[in-house]
Amino acid sequence: MSDRKDFIAGVDSNAKREPRRVVFVTRRTSAQVRVTDEEVVQTFPEALFRVAIAIEVLAMALVWIALGFNAPLEGLADPSHTPNPAKAPWYFLGLQELLHYFPPTVAGVLAPTLVVIALIVIPYFNINVEAEGVFVKDRPRRLAIFYVVAGALSLFLLLFHVYVALVPTLMIVVPMLAAAYSSAESRSPVRRYLASKPLSFWIMTWFLFELLALTAIGTFFRGPGWSWVWPWRA
Amino acid sequence: MVTSANYFDQLRKSRVWRSIFRSGTGASTLHRSLVIQQDVFLHLFPTKVRRRMLNIGVTWYLGTLTFGTFMILVSTGILLMLYYHPSVPQAYSDTKDLQFVVTSGLFLRNLHRWSAHAMVFLVFAHMFRVFYRGAYRPPREFNWIIGVILLLITLLLSYTGYLLPWDQLAFWAITVGSNIASAVPLIGNKIHFLLLGGNFVNANALLRFYVLHCMILPLAAMVFIAIHFWRIRKDGGLYSHSSQPPAISDRSAPKEDR
Repeated sequence: MSDRKDFIAGVDSNAKREPRRVVFVTRRTSAQVRVTDEEVVQTFPEALFRVAIAIEVLAMALVWIALGFNAPLEGLADPSHTPNPAKAPWYFLGLQELLHYFPPTVAGVLAPTLVVIALIVIPYFNINVEAEGVFVKDRPRRLAIFYVVAGALSLFLLLFHVYVALVPTLMIVVPMLAAAYSSAESRSPVRRYLASKPLSFWIMTWFLFELLALTAIGTFFRGPGWSWVWPWRA
Repeated sequence: MVTSANYFDQLRKSRVWRSIFRSGTGASTLHRSLVIQQDVFLHLFPTKVRRRMLNIGVTWYLGTLTFGTFMILVSTGILLMLYYHPSVPQAYSDTKDLQFVVTSGLFLRNLHRWSAHAMVFLVFAHMFRVFYRGAYRPPREFNWIIGVILLLITLLLSYTGYLLPWDQLAFWAITVGSNIASAVPLIGNKIHFLLLGGNFVNANALLRFYVLHCMILPLAAMVFIAIHFWRIRKDGGLYSHSSQPPAISDRSAPKEDR
């Protein structure tokens, strides 16, 4: 590393297109070209055949599942007889789980609206586009903000007894703390990896964990009156 | 001797074939480009793609597979429509008939239902995969939003389809779900009434959900899928690090020097 040159020199080999160009740039003044002349292939047949094979494999898998497992069908719809618990489709059970803790306006309307808005704005924030490690710049101030936000969120979930959402939150807070006390110079590759992760990564992963936890709990761990049941005892 | 391969060649050279497929015959690069350029559907795609982006590890083919489930759902859905009346209580007995009377009806319904679950799962998986690759970056911002719209359409498609068998499971799942709409401040009850065509899940709701499920939402999905694919081409193919705008590569370059 000590003997590193402060310039990169090169000669373009394609004499037909570039009549012998010598590149001579000092460091940090020009973009490095990392991939030159990337290999391309024809969409037809290369890409389209791969697509066809992928879809065929998927279709075969689904046909096997359809042959092996029957779609559920219960008795005729009866408005006078409410099943207990009445569950929404599985992909809404995370929402239904939240409805158990918060009023419908918060859990059923505000939360999903905020999620959709958050998803839409992701690409419009430069912080997400540059995607620098969250604690790389301005560390003391960002660490203070992190402590306040993580603490307030955890306390809020604790006060409302939303332990099912608190656990995934802590599962993000702990590696984020590790990231805060790591840097690109850290010894361990795991800590270097954590330190390089931007804010959007942490928020999205938090959302993923919450989605998985709430959906799984709503699907498998909720019985009559939305009480907690163990799936293997039901 | 006429082998099947050269019989197919003869067919492709025939006047009728050439009148249908504008790209003509041949295996040259030109002809293979024309296959894409001269086709109303395939021209949504670029003529050439980066070889690296075809590796499974890059995309896991999640978008492709999501489209695959959509095609399975459209074809099984059309067949299911032939045996189904969206009326109460006929809808339920039609579903029973599919289960026990119609030839392969059970298989059709199974395939439709499991593919629907697979599509919801794959849409989410695709979204997270795109996010973690950072493929929402400019100039792909708007395609990300199209993706969010397609996610919502997929959820609505699955949700509206849930009511159609008109069994206890369907009825109460939609009752629980549609009650959430009532919680919208000020206009909640009006939205709830508009969605169901009444104050509770009834025959009107079944008809509305049927129209949404079989007509409005699939058409909307097709339009947005087409834009989604076309934007991939317009935005420079599938996202790879080297296809970033130079300004961003510059800024991230020193980071890798460390």
